[in-house]
Amino acid sequence: MRALTWHGKRDVRVDTVRDPEIVNPRDAIIKVTSTAICGSDLHLYNGLIPALTPGDILGHEFMGEVVDVGKDNKKLKKGDRVVVPFVIACGHCFFCEKQLYAACDNSNPADKADISEMLYGHRAGGFFGYTHLTGGYAGGQAEYVRVPYSDVGPIVVPDGMEDDEVLFLSDILPTGWMAAENCEIKEGDTVAVWGCGPVGLFAVQSALIMGAGQVIAIDHYPHRLELARKFGAKAVNFRNTHVYEALVEMTGGIGPDAVIDAVGMESHGFAVDNLYDYAKQKVMLETDRPHVLRQALYACRKGGRVSVPGVYGGFVDKFPAGAFMQKGLTLRTGQTHMQRYMPKLLDLIREGKVDTTFLISHRLPLEQAPKGYHKFAFEQNETTKVVLKPGMQ
Amino acid sequence: MHHRHHEYRNGRAIAAVVLGTAAGVAILAVARKGMRKRTIVQPEDSPRRLWRRTGAVAALVGRTVTINRPREEVYARWRDFARFPEFMENVRSVTPIDRMRSRWVIEAPAGSSVTFETKITEERENELIAWETDADSEVSNSGRVLFRDAPGGRGTQVEATIAYEPPAGAVGRAAAKVMQREPQIQVRRELRRFKQLMETGEIATAATELTAPRA
Repeated sequence: MRALTWHGKRDVRVDTVRDPEIVNPRDAIIKVTSTAICGSDLHLYNGLIPALTPGDILGHEFMGEVVDVGKDNKKLKKGDRVVVPFVIACGHCFFCEKQLYAACDNSNPADKADISEMLYGHRAGGFFGYTHLTGGYAGGQAEYVRVPYSDVGPIVVPDGMEDDEVLFLSDILPTGWMAAENCEIKEGDTVAVWGCGPVGLFAVQSALIMGAGQVIAIDHYPHRLELARKFGAKAVNFRNTHVYEALVEMTGGIGPDAVIDAVGMESHGFAVDNLYDYAKQKVMLETDRPHVLRQALYACRKGGRVSVPGVYGGFVDKFPAGAFMQKGLTLRTGQTHMQRYMPKLLDLIREGKVDTTFLISHRLPLEQAPKGYHKFAFEQNETTKVVLKPGMQ
Repeated sequence: MHHRHHEYRNGRAIAAVVLGTAAGVAILAVARKGMRKRTIVQPEDSPRRLWRRTGAVAALVGRTVTINRPREEVYARWRDFARFPEFMENVRSVTPIDRMRSRWVIEAPAGSSVTFETKITEERENELIAWETDADSEVSNSGRVLFRDAPGGRGTQVEATIAYEPPAGAVGRAAAKVMQREPQIQVRRELRRFKQLMETGEIATAATELTAPRA
């Protein structure tokens, strides 16, 4: 089959590799019809995470048709159209039973789990196409994917719904939704969202659905701020204005009730020194501005909520513990517990309450995936989301 | 002149830092040595294998996992020694000789194998299995596996403790570590696989082909 493989810094290629097959009894093989490039794929693209091996297949946002199922899979059948969540979850461990799917205790293979256990104190769950830290599973930017525990993860798409409508159930829509849920929004609350990438834009929509009185979106790309505004957010461009003062003034001097860091720092490099240096110099929105997390904690009102869907991997410098403690803030974060949100969000899409297709700026054949990576990395204003279609000519 | 004066001051500052650090390291080393000699200050309820003490004859390794299945089920599956190779990576076979004795064949470096016999020294159904290797075998270890109900209905806690003679001393142990056959790593991974098997019915792997080696 053909698949997008990683070979080094800014070197991704579409190679011919061996087709996957059923390995474990609960597996399924999916023939991919649509797959997207995620912002977090760009950090692999930029070569900042060493836990990758040349030839690894990337991609964790994908959907397609079931072409084979293992003998113990009682849920899926050949021909089903499914969206696959990026989180691989067994469904039976302590964490899965608590619906903390991203924390699954079993999906990271025994020999790969050591790294995250050393780095974080506990082993990470398994994710598709995202380094050996999270299991080293082959990803979805390919013609076919082996999906473990496929009786737990994939959700069947009802007839009549297009790929473009439901594809983002695989990661960014549930991630934006959980970010808003972590804000514990009450009627009339102000929510400030840093970062109008796909997750930030879905967080904006989700916060408004949950009853926020005002959502303030912060970014510097005019096109992305324009999208946030279409959903009813107010735009703050940090190139134009002082963000902290703007947030205080726009909330009558109180400050936002909840803040969302949808930027993250997805720390790269799992060597301590590397993480330290990288954390200091690299914030995704702009290298020369203060850390989003610090600013969010500083701007949040007393007793407010801080939600962090943005990805962090290592250590941050000068965490404002004083503001955090003295103002009595609540901090909630985590990789998204995908399986918990997918059915409800599928309903919201079907009812027309959440718009997903607006985000897609580029549709390309899988063969042009390297071009898609380049655009998403270097033309961020215009490139809001790249969807790859293996079947497209 | 001014410039030189600056360099001189920098040099002194660097020397002070270096000397200070060296002194600090020396003090820490002495303090650590002193601490090692001390006995354990009571009360102390953590597992004995974790205590900061040296000088033991055998190395003690172990690990506890919680498995979200009933204790009887977990115990019965463990007691079925012949099925150990399903989740123990370096074990080729375990053949029960009688109720108490088993013959093990484990993989050794360079494709060879080692055979030895073990006998159960203590067994309490659904609670405990302890074993030791035959006195004359090439491999020398003993250990126990405890099974207890996890609090809050979380299933079963399985705690494995193994005492072993490091193969050919520290050098052998270092070599084993390079080959990832260091007992602490092995125990941890084997218990993870056992847990996967009990909870999910399969062992997690990133392999995409059946013929590929097990992850």
